Amino acid sequence: MISNRTRIQIIPAIIFLLPGFVLFAAFIFGPLLYSLRISFFDWNFAHPELSIWVGLKNYVDQLLSPVFQRAVLNTTVYTVITVSVKMVLGFIVAVLLNQKIRGRTGFRVAYYLPVITSWVIVSLLFTYMFNGQAGLVNYILKNILHIIDRDIMWLANGVLALVPVILVDIWKGVGWAAVIFLAGLQSIPVELNEAASVDGANRLDQFRHITIPMLRGTLVFLLVVLLLGGLNAYVPFQLITRGGNPMDQTHSILTLMVRATFTRLDFGSGAAISYMLMMFVFVLSIFQLKLLRKPVGE
Amino acid sequence: MKRSHTLVNFISYVILFFGLGLVVIPIWYMVSTAFKPQTMIFEMPPKLWPVPSTLNNFIKALTTDKFGLYFWNSTKVALSSTALTVLVSSMLAFAFAKLKFPFKEPLFYILLLGMMVPPVMLIIPQFIVAHWFGLYNNLWGLILVYVTMNISIQTFLLRGVFENVPREIEEAALIDGGSPLTIFWRIVLPLSGPGLAVVVINSFLYSWEEFTWANVNIGDSLRRTLPIGIALFQSEHLTEWGQVFAASLVALVPVVIIFIVFQSYFVQGISTTGIKG
Repeated sequence: MISNRTRIQIIPAIIFLLPGFVLFAAFIFGPLLYSLRISFFDWNFAHPELSIWVGLKNYVDQLLSPVFQRAVLNTTVYTVITVSVKMVLGFIVAVLLNQKIRGRTGFRVAYYLPVITSWVIVSLLFTYMFNGQAGLVNYILKNILHIIDRDIMWLANGVLALVPVILVDIWKGVGWAAVIFLAGLQSIPVELNEAASVDGANRLDQFRHITIPMLRGTLVFLLVVLLLGGLNAYVPFQLITRGGNPMDQTHSILTLMVRATFTRLDFGSGAAISYMLMMFVFVLSIFQLKLLRKPVGE
Repeated sequence: MKRSHTLVNFISYVILFFGLGLVVIPIWYMVSTAFKPQTMIFEMPPKLWPVPSTLNNFIKALTTDKFGLYFWNSTKVALSSTALTVLVSSMLAFAFAKLKFPFKEPLFYILLLGMMVPPVMLIIPQFIVAHWFGLYNNLWGLILVYVTMNISIQTFLLRGVFENVPREIEEAALIDGGSPLTIFWRIVLPLSGPGLAVVVINSFLYSWEEFTWANVNIGDSLRRTLPIGIALFQSEHLTEWGQVFAASLVALVPVVIIFIVFQSYFVQGISTTGIKG
C-alpha cells in the first residue's frame, strides 16, 4: 500500500518540483560552479575558449593588493559597527514598544518606514544630507550644535566617507531588527514573568533570567541575517562613495568585485573575490548554526 | 510602585520620541526638497517647508527623462516576478509539505542552499548565463533571476504554512477522486491566504527595489527599471536633488500602499516563518 502510494506520487512530485529546480539549477547552482571555474582563469569574456588557466593567481593577487585589503577592512568595520548598533537599538525599541503605551502602532509604522524605502533612495538621501558645502548634517553640527567650526568634506575623505555609509545602514535597519525582536518578545509566555514576580523577582531579574534566555533563537537569527547583509553590502557603498572614491579607499568587497568584473572586464579576479567572500560567509554560517543547535533556554 | 511606573513610562516616551525624530527628519527633508525650486536646493538654514514651493520637480520628473517608462518597466517586472514567485514557490512547498517522494530531505536542503548564497556573488555567472539565453538587456532576465533568488526562502516559509492545512480535508478530497493538482489548487492554496500574502509582499518589495542585478543586466536605456533610472539621473544631474527626490517619492507610492494595506501581515509573516524565539 505504502509503496503503491509512493509510486503514484512520484510523477506529481516531479511536476511540482520541476519549475523551481530548473530555475534553481540555471540561475544559482550552475552559476555557482561556473564562477568557481572562472576564478582559476584569466577569463576571456568574448571568447571563453581562449581563457588562460592561472591556478590560484587571481586569489593571491587579490590578497596581496592594498585596495582589496582596504576593502576587507572597510567591510569588516562596517559590518561590526552596523550589526552591533542595530541589534542594541532594535532591542531597546522593541522592549519599549512591547509595553502597553499609547501610540504603539503609530511608532511601529514610523520606525518601519525606512525599512520599506529602497536602498537606492536612502543612499541618495544620505549623500545629499552629507553634502560638504551645504548639507543638512554640516549645518546641524556647525550652526545648531556648534560642535564643528567649519564644514566637513565628508565624501572627500577615505575614512569620513564611511560615516554616511554606516549611518544610512543603521538608520534603515533598526526598524527591521526591532520588529524581529518584538515578535520574539511577544512569543514569551506572560505566565513566566507572572510566576517570577509572585516569587519576588524584580523586573531586572526577570529580564536577565527570563527575557534574555528566551530570546536566544531570535538573537542568533538576527545575528546571522545581519552579518550576511553587512558582508554583502553593495548599494550604499556604490552610491554614496561613487564606487570607492576617493582613491579606491572606500570600497566594500562587493563594489570592488563588481568593478573588477564589469569595469575592468577581469572576470577571473571578480570571481575569485566573490568566492573568498563566500567561503568566509560559509565558515561563519557553520559556526552560527552550531550556536543555534545548542539547547535553547539554559 | 505607581510612581516608578509613571517614571518608566515617561522615560520610554522620551526615548521613543527622540528616535522618532531621527527617523523622520531625513524623510521630511526628502519630501520638502522634492517641493523646492532648484534655486533653494542648497539654501541654508533649511526651511521646514519651502516658500515658494513648487510642483515643477514632479512634473519634470514624470514627463521628461523617461521616468514614466521606468515606472512602467518596474511595474511589469515586479508584478510578473511576484506572480511567478508565488506560483513556483507554492508548487515547491506543496511537494515538500504534502507529497511523498524519494530524496525529499536532501532536495529540500539543496534548495535551502539558495538562502545562504550571497546574491551579488552570483552576478558574474548569472550575467554569462543571461547572455547564453538571450536574456541580457531583457526584462525577462530580471524577472527570472528575481524569482530564483526568492524561491528558497519563500518555499521555506510556505512549507510551514501548508503543513498546517489539516490532512482530513485533503483525504476527503482524495476519496472523492481528487488528484494532487486539485488538492493544491482547490484546497491548500485557498486555505493559505495570509501565508501567500506574505510571499506577495516580500517578492514585490524585492523586485521593486532591486538595483545591483538590474544595473548589470540592463544596458539599454529604454528597459531600465526605476532604481536604475533614479540612480543614473542623480549621477548625470548632480545637483538636481528636487527632481531626484520627486521621482523617488513617486517610486515609493506603490510600496507605501502595499505596506499600509498589508500592514498586519508584516509581523504575522515573521511568526508564520517560525523565525521567532
